[in-house]
Amino acid sequence: MIEISHVSKSYGAFQVLKDCCASVARGEVVVICGPSGSGKSTLIKTVNGLETIDSGEINVGGFRLAPDVANVAALRRSVGMVFQSFELFPHLTVLSNVTIAQTKVLKRSRAAAEEKARSLLARVGLSAHIAKYPAQLSGGQQQRVAIARALALDPEVMLFDEPTSALDPEMVNEVLDVMTGLARQGMTMVCVTHEMGFARSVANRVLFMDGGEIVETADAITFFDAPRSERAKTFLAKILKH
Amino acid sequence: MMVDLSAIAAAMPYLLNGLWFTVQITVVGVTGGIVFGSLLAVARLSRNRIVSSLATAYVNLMRSIPLILVIFWVFFLVPWAIGWMTHSGRPVAVGASLTIFVTFVLFEAAYYAEIVRAGFRSISPGQYAACEALGLSKFHAYIYILFPQAIRNVLPILLTQTIVLFQDTSLVYVISATDLLGAATKVAQRDGRLVEMYLTVGVIYFVICYAASQFVKQLQGRLAYGVR
Repeated sequence: MIEISHVSKSYGAFQVLKDCCASVARGEVVVICGPSGSGKSTLIKTVNGLETIDSGEINVGGFRLAPDVANVAALRRSVGMVFQSFELFPHLTVLSNVTIAQTKVLKRSRAAAEEKARSLLARVGLSAHIAKYPAQLSGGQQQRVAIARALALDPEVMLFDEPTSALDPEMVNEVLDVMTGLARQGMTMVCVTHEMGFARSVANRVLFMDGGEIVETADAITFFDAPRSERAKTFLAKILKH
Repeated sequence: MMVDLSAIAAAMPYLLNGLWFTVQITVVGVTGGIVFGSLLAVARLSRNRIVSSLATAYVNLMRSIPLILVIFWVFFLVPWAIGWMTHSGRPVAVGASLTIFVTFVLFEAAYYAEIVRAGFRSISPGQYAACEALGLSKFHAYIYILFPQAIRNVLPILLTQTIVLFQDTSLVYVISATDLLGAATKVAQRDGRLVEMYLTVGVIYFVICYAASQFVKQLQGRLAYGVR
């Protein structure tokens, strides 16, 4: 489904991605973890063209992304993205947030888009809030709207960029529950997250990044129980200490 | 010196006629200025260097010369320019009203452009990313997502600029147009009622502008997201 081959990227003299190679199979859930500044967010953003790459190539469900490919509109339609800071449209109601791209990008009728939005909002447990504005919702609710908004375009892949990092602790689980539900239904997912419990129980595989490199790739259980690289061991020792 | 109220009453219909023209200039200036100004703002934010520097040059030029000079330019030079372009050998008359409407749109657009640009810059970069990630075209993103937020973020400043514009319309008296101040000037000189006329229009300008600025103040409190 996703094939990342030899991707590199630099900001000036600073190399954020160094020859990254990875693949994600259809229906697979992959968690990217690693210390901050390791290039996780940049890597996930290259997958839908939000970040350009300097060299290498990415294939997503038949679409090819490379340094010289400019038109990524078709690709973005099949890749949903959820941001750390939600990025709902503050001037639109919850319902409009979920319908706008359906009507403008997929040219669905208003009625069809609203029906789809209602069913998705019911699925993330927000049926009671469709007429509200984002600022009237809690962080966890906003992030669930953002997930519904991304799902509204029927993506083949969902990307999550630290979806719970901006949330109060008591709201983390409501978002993770929605993500777990999605994974169980067979959605192909790539998640940058520090939620190691989620990674362990839901992810098929873990990519561990450090200093712009993919240092280690392993199935989730192996990664947590028996990390091979020293850098992964040090990282896990730090975050699992308490 | 006595203020003659009957002179004011007698001149009122003529003054209100002038006020109507003042309102027309303001409405055209605001509408045209915001439309053209928004295009300039988007052009200034463009990644295309040529587009953005052309827009920047225009905005800087208009903001660096007095409005009164622009009015003169358009009024005196444009007829010559049209005459020269159409090879008619002499200036082609352009009506005073048209001159004024065009001038105010061209001039005010530069100011509105800067306000709208500030509005765009106040939107978090994540909103642009969210539009891209959803596959929205640039056009759709600007029309449905970015522009409404930009305008909302700077609405009080836009309205304040509009109040300034309303007052600036009085400069059209230099080409003898009959706006509110022009009407007052004409009556004042004809009847020798300088005090009455200039006091009256002063009160009219004050009442309208003060009421408008109070409205802007009220609006500011209600604009925060989620407070409805």
